[in-house]
Amino acid sequence: MTTSEWPLWEVFVRSRRGLSHTHAGSLHAPDAEMALRNARDLYTRRSEGVSIWVVPSSAVTASSPDEKDPFFEPAADKPYRHPTFYEVPEGVRHL
Amino acid sequence: MTTLLPETDRGGGPGAHEEAFDAAIAADERIEPRDWMPDAYRATLVRQIAQHAHSEIIGMQPEANWITRAPSLRRKAILMAKVQDEAGHGLYLYSAAETLGASRDELLDKLHSGRQKYSSIFNYPTLTWADVGAIGWLVDGAAITNQVPLCRCSYGPYARAMVRVCKEESFHQRQGYELLLALSRGTEAQHAMAQDAVDRWWWPSLMMFGPPDDASKHSAQSMAWKIKRHSNDELRQRFVDICVPQAESLGLTLPDPELRWNEERGHYDFGPIDWSEFHEVLRGNGPCNEQRLDRRRRAHEEGAWVREAAAAYARKHGEQDGDGRTAA
Ligand SMILES: [Fe+2]
Ligand SMILES: [Fe+2]
Repeated sequence: MTTSEWPLWEVFVRSRRGLSHTHAGSLHAPDAEMALRNARDLYTRRSEGVSIWVVPSSAVTASSPDEKDPFFEPAADKPYRHPTFYEVPEGVRHL
Repeated sequence: MTTLLPETDRGGGPGAHEEAFDAAIAADERIEPRDWMPDAYRATLVRQIAQHAHSEIIGMQPEANWITRAPSLRRKAILMAKVQDEAGHGLYLYSAAETLGASRDELLDKLHSGRQKYSSIFNYPTLTWADVGAIGWLVDGAAITNQVPLCRCSYGPYARAMVRVCKEESFHQRQGYELLLALSRGTEAQHAMAQDAVDRWWWPSLMMFGPPDDASKHSAQSMAWKIKRHSNDELRQRFVDICVPQAESLGLTLPDPELRWNEERGHYDFGPIDWSEFHEVLRGNGPCNEQRLDRRRRAHEEGAWVREAAAAYARKHGEQDGDGRTAA
């Protein structure tokens, strides 16, 4: 049994209460419990986190970089989703 | 797509991919694991990141040598934290190499069989307690000078690992400096011990920046790919300029009679580096090459039963409780 037979885990750390978990990196561990412990030692040695998620890398479904343009295109021609699209007469406040 | 690993074989002509890669590099954008990249770019990164990772974990040895003999509990706790950090740096870097398709076992295997190198600085012995200070100040100092520009490396995972590493390195350098300062201001014998350590570590630290620019075979391509941002000589000069006044504040001298301020260049001039020594150590003939690799192999082999037991435990319990915890 070698380390490569230990699955790879993605580690997400919540740095403070009120913030969401963000991806910190990855590590190998035999199971979820060990992955959590390793993640604590590896990514929060200086109190960088108050909560950790570990997710098997194999469970992540990712969009393909090749589809980048067609995949995200639908958002490109909808500037009216942004507040800056709208004209507001001078002097109107709190809008 | 159900994987985060790089895709090696994807549709579309190679021409279009290459153009997109070149454009990303030109625009100073980062390359991410699943992007198309030239094979040579991938190979260069794997080699560099692996060598960097190996250096971090082999670098634990010379300092760990002094943990049991640290002169106070404070110094012992600091040294343990530092050595633990270096293990962490190794792990960040192995993970970064894995995003390029390298496997952890394969990388360790190449280290153990001598097919991949680590920084030759770690083949020097730590003879006295003052060496712990000299390593922190000079070796970690040189590493920082090298690593800060790597935070802007074109390969995203490597750059992100470097950001994390650099944050942690500044404590390494400071604790070394503080340690040397305490010795330098101590008894005559302590001062002499600090001076001796600096005398032994100065030149090997300058060699950490690699061969001079005109003899460095990978430099130009790495600069073009924005893996590297500054040349070896440029970084070496920057390091010398930083160290000279720091040595003065320590009350210690640097072992180079040719070291002097050059008004015209706005830099310190320094004497020639003995590159034959560098190549000898690189070839495996340094004072500790054999000892370092033996120790590494032994640690790996002696830890095998722990890895096996953990895997067996995971197999057994994975079958029983498939529930897990909910993310919150
Ligand atoms: Fe390090
Ligand atoms: Fe360090």
